[in-house]
Amino acid sequence: MAGSIPASAFPEVLRAARRFGRSRTASAGACFLVALLGAAALAPIVGRWDPLRQNLSDALAAPSEHHLLGTDDLGRDVLSRLLYGARLSLAAACLAVAIAALSGIPVGLVAGYTGGRLDDLLMRLVDAVQAFPALVLAMAIAAALGPGLGNVMVAVGVVYMPRFARLVRGQTLALREELFVEGARAAGASHGRILLRHILPNVSAPIIVQVSVSIAFALLAETSLSFLGIGIKPPTPSWGADVGRGYRFMRLAPWLVFMPGLAILLTTLAFNFLGDGLRDALDPKHARKEDSS
Amino acid sequence: MGAFLRRRFLAVIPLVLLTTSLVFSLVLLLPGDPAVALVGLENVTEERLAAIRERMGLNRPLYVQYGLWLARAARGDLGTSLRTGQPVIEALRDRLPVTLGLAIAATAFGLLLGFPLAVGAASKRGGFMGGCASGIAAFGVAVPNFWLGSMLVLALALHLRWLPATGYASPLEAPWDGLRHAILPTLTLGASAVAEITRQLRSALQDTLNTDYVRTARAKGIAERGVIWKHALRNALIPMITVSGLTISRLVGATVVVESIFALPGLGLLNLESVLTRDFPMLQGAVLVMVLIVIAVNLVSDIVYGWVDPRIRLS
Repeated sequence: MAGSIPASAFPEVLRAARRFGRSRTASAGACFLVALLGAAALAPIVGRWDPLRQNLSDALAAPSEHHLLGTDDLGRDVLSRLLYGARLSLAAACLAVAIAALSGIPVGLVAGYTGGRLDDLLMRLVDAVQAFPALVLAMAIAAALGPGLGNVMVAVGVVYMPRFARLVRGQTLALREELFVEGARAAGASHGRILLRHILPNVSAPIIVQVSVSIAFALLAETSLSFLGIGIKPPTPSWGADVGRGYRFMRLAPWLVFMPGLAILLTTLAFNFLGDGLRDALDPKHARKEDSS
Repeated sequence: MGAFLRRRFLAVIPLVLLTTSLVFSLVLLLPGDPAVALVGLENVTEERLAAIRERMGLNRPLYVQYGLWLARAARGDLGTSLRTGQPVIEALRDRLPVTLGLAIAATAFGLLLGFPLAVGAASKRGGFMGGCASGIAAFGVAVPNFWLGSMLVLALALHLRWLPATGYASPLEAPWDGLRHAILPTLTLGASAVAEITRQLRSALQDTLNTDYVRTARAKGIAERGVIWKHALRNALIPMITVSGLTISRLVGATVVVESIFALPGLGLLNLESVLTRDFPMLQGAVLVMVLIVIAVNLVSDIVYGWVDPRIRLS
């Protein structure tokens, strides 16, 4: 039955998992992300200190036994802020991508399936959004809606919506001529049912890849906005805002900039590697090449 | 070529109309009265608000408001800054060369470093160059430029004191000083360009090296260097026209962060200042110019692509 995974699909899932496991970078990326999510979830235990607790007598202390990654200008523990910041930065990036996917996928499905003037109109709108430099559009939307985490997530989500719309439209255009779609149409299935039960499951693999890569970009966008003072506001721990605050004390306490920046770099790298690995594992052409070798 | 040019220019018209309408709509997203947003709370009087509403047509239907705004923008009237009182168009004219110079310098840096890296990596798969190219490409895409810029300032300006940490000097008025001030921002902005160009050119060159005509060239006994530089690279470079266009567009957006780190008086910093002070006429102007740059760069790269590759213009 369309829409549910048939029993014969399980060996294919296992083959994809095996292909994914063969990629060292993808496996390393996945392991890093699991460790990061675990550390963020266990932040109260791993971090030892309250990320908001100020102790001016300990301000700008270098990394030591007490504070493994040092303290900031208000004596707050950098490691605790990194772990709590991971929760917020990752959640913001994931929610922004969810907004992008939930708005972009229906646009792509409808445009690709209907074609004609509606397709033209929707794609011109997508082109128009894509003509804006991503960070500039996100800043402008965040400025208009007002500062705050929620508005930043909406802004970043709008910016990355075209990626999903374009991807899904391209796939849908190819799939709408396939025999199984013709068959569903002949059996009297409604357009909505064809889109949701027959086409959407078949475009899920590239969407999964796109989600992984987009989270990396959304994380960069969110941390950039927070660095510039538009996103997450202090004293809430946030990787981007903490780099921005640490920049002022960089000569005295370089760890304030180095640590959160390194966390962003490694997490972005991990999501990119994960995306590459998923692409290789789920792309049938690549899969066939690998299996025959 | 004439029909191709006509098609490309005609396609740009609806895009410009749609993007300008989105820029115009930014004010509509504001909570409350757009007239207050456009004059600022400090200068607000009922008479002034009424005059603004009348002048900008805020009492009229939306499409009329958009038409009036577009007509004024086309004449170069983008309003005045709420913060400084300076006409927006003057501020944009002053700031544009800094941003364009930075974006072009970063793209040139990307080509200069990305080109040999990509060629080296594609010609010897899996070797040292291949590893370097993969590493640099992965790093350049993932590194947050505000962090890279901070680290470069820390190392090269604060510790080694080789270069100035912030500030701007016009390369036309003070070439040496201008060059010293431009190095760190160019490296910061150019890192992602190096990554993008290396990745794309390497992939295009590897594809080309597997084609029949390259195999034929090898079978004729042409040395590998000749095969790459005289035969494969020519075709592999064609997609780079689009990649360079897209790279410039992306860099224009990233100038917001780089200009704020290095205190460069460009469009990006103007954009940020306008956002932080909610100076909407200035924000609309700065966003509009950046979008028009992106559209113009994409149009030029499309035309050059069509000119170089007849398959594109005839399709």
